[in-house]
Amino acid sequence: MPNQESRDNPAFRMSRRKMMKGAAAVLGALALPEREAPASVWESFFQKHFREMSKPELEKVLARLEKEYSEKYRKAVKVRATPPVEGVLYGYGLDLSRCIGCRRCVYACVQENNPSRDPQIHYIRVLQLNKERGVDLEDAEHYYNPSKVPEKGHFYMPVQCHQCENPPCTKVCPVQATWKERDGIVVVDYNWCIGCRYCMAACPYGARHFNWKKPGLPAAEMNPETHYLGNRPRPVGVVEKCTYCIQRVRNTPGRYTACVEICPVGARKFGNLLDPESEIRYIIENKRVFILKEDLNTRPKFYYFYAT
Amino acid sequence: MNREHSRHRLVPGIAVLAACLVAGVASSAPLQEKGKAAKPYVAHAQEKQFAVPTPPFTPGIFPCSECHKEMKSNPTRRELKEEHTNIVLNHAQGQRWCLDCHDISNRDKLRLVSGEKIGFDESFRLCGQCHGDKFRDWKVGVHGKRTGMWNGEKQYLLCVHCHNPHDPGFKPLAPMPPPTRPENVK
Amino acid sequence: MPMKMIWGFFKGTLTLVAKGSRAYYAWVSCLLVLIGIGVLAYIYQMENGLIVTAMRDQVSWGFYISNFTFLVGVAAAAVLLVIPAYVYHWKPIKEIAVLGEMLAVSAMVMCLLFVTVDIGRPDRFWHLIPKVGLLNFPQSMLAWDVVVLNIYLVLNLTISVFILYNLYHKREPNKAFTTPLLLFSIPAAVSIHTVTAFLYNGLAARPFWNASILAPRFLASAFCSGPAFMIILFQVIRKYTRIEIRNEAIFKVAELIAYSMFINLFLLGAEVFKEYYSGTVHLAPLQYLLQGLKGHSDLVPYIWTAMIFNVSAFFLFLVPQTRENYVTLNIGCVLVFIGVYIEKGMGLVIPGQVPDTLGEIYEYAPTGIELLVTLGIWATGLLVYTLLLRVAVPILTGEFFVGEDGRTAVIVDTEFIRRADHLAEQSYRD
Repeated sequence: MPNQESRDNPAFRMSRRKMMKGAAAVLGALALPEREAPASVWESFFQKHFREMSKPELEKVLARLEKEYSEKYRKAVKVRATPPVEGVLYGYGLDLSRCIGCRRCVYACVQENNPSRDPQIHYIRVLQLNKERGVDLEDAEHYYNPSKVPEKGHFYMPVQCHQCENPPCTKVCPVQATWKERDGIVVVDYNWCIGCRYCMAACPYGARHFNWKKPGLPAAEMNPETHYLGNRPRPVGVVEKCTYCIQRVRNTPGRYTACVEICPVGARKFGNLLDPESEIRYIIENKRVFILKEDLNTRPKFYYFYAT
Repeated sequence: MNREHSRHRLVPGIAVLAACLVAGVASSAPLQEKGKAAKPYVAHAQEKQFAVPTPPFTPGIFPCSECHKEMKSNPTRRELKEEHTNIVLNHAQGQRWCLDCHDISNRDKLRLVSGEKIGFDESFRLCGQCHGDKFRDWKVGVHGKRTGMWNGEKQYLLCVHCHNPHDPGFKPLAPMPPPTRPENVK
Repeated sequence: MPMKMIWGFFKGTLTLVAKGSRAYYAWVSCLLVLIGIGVLAYIYQMENGLIVTAMRDQVSWGFYISNFTFLVGVAAAAVLLVIPAYVYHWKPIKEIAVLGEMLAVSAMVMCLLFVTVDIGRPDRFWHLIPKVGLLNFPQSMLAWDVVVLNIYLVLNLTISVFILYNLYHKREPNKAFTTPLLLFSIPAAVSIHTVTAFLYNGLAARPFWNASILAPRFLASAFCSGPAFMIILFQVIRKYTRIEIRNEAIFKVAELIAYSMFINLFLLGAEVFKEYYSGTVHLAPLQYLLQGLKGHSDLVPYIWTAMIFNVSAFFLFLVPQTRENYVTLNIGCVLVFIGVYIEKGMGLVIPGQVPDTLGEIYEYAPTGIELLVTLGIWATGLLVYTLLLRVAVPILTGEFFVGEDGRTAVIVDTEFIRRADHLAEQSYRD
């Protein structure tokens, strides 16, 4: 990790700026991600890494993004950068004895998190598994579509980002564009990601998704309550993922995630792992719990359990 | 099996009731979001208070006393022929009937085994008499569902928001569309 | 004074690359056309996003990264092969060591281009520059790869330019300078390939890649493909230029391929045994590769082609009679090159992602755009190598050197690629 002090030194920043201007001019023409106002293109090109920005710098960036998004989606878009709530480590429980595979969560998530509709990006993948085979991913059916669920002889296992305590995806990022926050949420700086997709290769849960094309997000469907590290609109060519609805949960009080809220069978549970009174702690202490691919030592904070 | 099985038993009326229940569940999220659509009932249970949304009554059916106060109570176990014919008990039907749960003297109340009368917004206590394990999980937010703030105000969905008390088996749902296959992502 | 000498050398090289026979012009124009097509295809990809490739979330690395992986091997082997001979004065190879280094340079250029066309935001390349951006070193193996590949590129460029510049001035390159660099390039060559193997190797999510045998396998197969390419190249060079390359050198290289291929096949066999005999869930990718999985078998014909090619080439190079017969030797080289290209390219990259981490099978096959961009990059690599040779060959044959004044370059060779009969007066074969 680079030395924080030296990087914040104004002289250093100057030299970086100068150095990059020349290079940018050469690449500029090819690099323009969208036909935006030139000033904002340069600003976004030179934008620092999220964690390296000072408070005023961050505020400037947030204001620029709000302006950009508000114009593009023709509504007042808020981009916040709410920091983690102290003393909180988010944990998620999913009751496999309840889930019926109705996919309500998949689409509630889409509505909340502003992913591309076309091409389609879903953060949640619901697997239909065979009761006789158990959790055998090779045997998983991803595209089941009967008239009614649950189907006989099957159970359902939704998979999304497990917000690992030991995330293999952040380790491999060559530019530190993705990291685990203090509250355990693994986030991506969409303005820093270079789109190499190494994190996608490293993720054992298929939780990371790439913007293969300029995201198609109809203005009418755009959720204007956004977080810089969460559901703000993404540019083409970067990776994104579930953030436990960071824009909702990082508040006091904070709303439940969209998937928890929608689940018609109450299979989805969410809470603070550090709070002994939380529902997630009750589950871990009282229910039969397992984590997916335990042998990989990723230590997910996403717990599958059987309430009955 | 489930689907065919239930189709045999489903009386159309129950289906309507079930639909109402499902609608109740589905609307619970927006209810909570707007925060004003429904006035939360605050029920007083033994240990603590549980904020719950309005019980999912069939429209126009409550208060029951509107009709019942004019009628004479008949405590004889029988098949109902004139009213409530849409209710087919599929819930330990050999062991109980209406007045085991609905209070004979005050139809706007439910009745616990102890004889205590409780409101419909406290129905979880009635269910909890038999389903102690579920009740325990429900109270901590593990069985069933709570909505609202993960670290603040929450509402508990009542048992009956998801389970028709007369036919509590969870009804299958139509799934939302499957994801696009990678070869069709264009 | 040295600046003027360097400027004279530089001017001379520019004049030199602009001069050549009709065949030279034809070859270069042909490459330029292919590069042009590649550039157009890349512009199309930039405009539309990587959606124009066949890569998707399920298989997020495809043909570009396959080519990258293969070419890292070529780059590594080209140097590993010639450096020891250079350092230990094994004459037959020593003279042509510089050709190997230049091949490494060209392969490196291609590698870097393949990575560039694969990333979603090439405009943010500066995030990778240490201190300016935020290179995640030493955590990320990709950061390691960026570092070692660039060091390796600079190293080989330095060595070959230094040697050539000295030969151009008709003096022996200073050993105090070259020997340490040459010695350093050996671990550097091993490291680029090891690091590239570790890039895959370190991913526990992908059992097909998460095998310790991967790095040794990478090196063994690199020792097949790199030298095979060089054997053919040596023959082309000595046929169309005045460079002398002795049969002895070529046959020695061929023998080395036989040993490497044996090790490569042995390691592969060890891997196949382990997976099939233990029969865990980790078998699925290998099954997909070798026999197809649940009716998906796009890669199967390719991998068996590769197997057959590799095994046949092994025998061709093992038996002295076929090794020292130019027909069978060249057949063997082509077989090895194609075999390793399949095995180390798509045969390595794709099964790592099929089935994906949630068991889904997506059969990846590159799109036309991917093929065109790839073709463009290969043409770029060949053009770089051609231009490097255009300078190096006349220097090695004494047809490009500094004039009496110590500044102006003298160019004798104005053709470069010559018709065979023009070379007839010179009998260069043993």
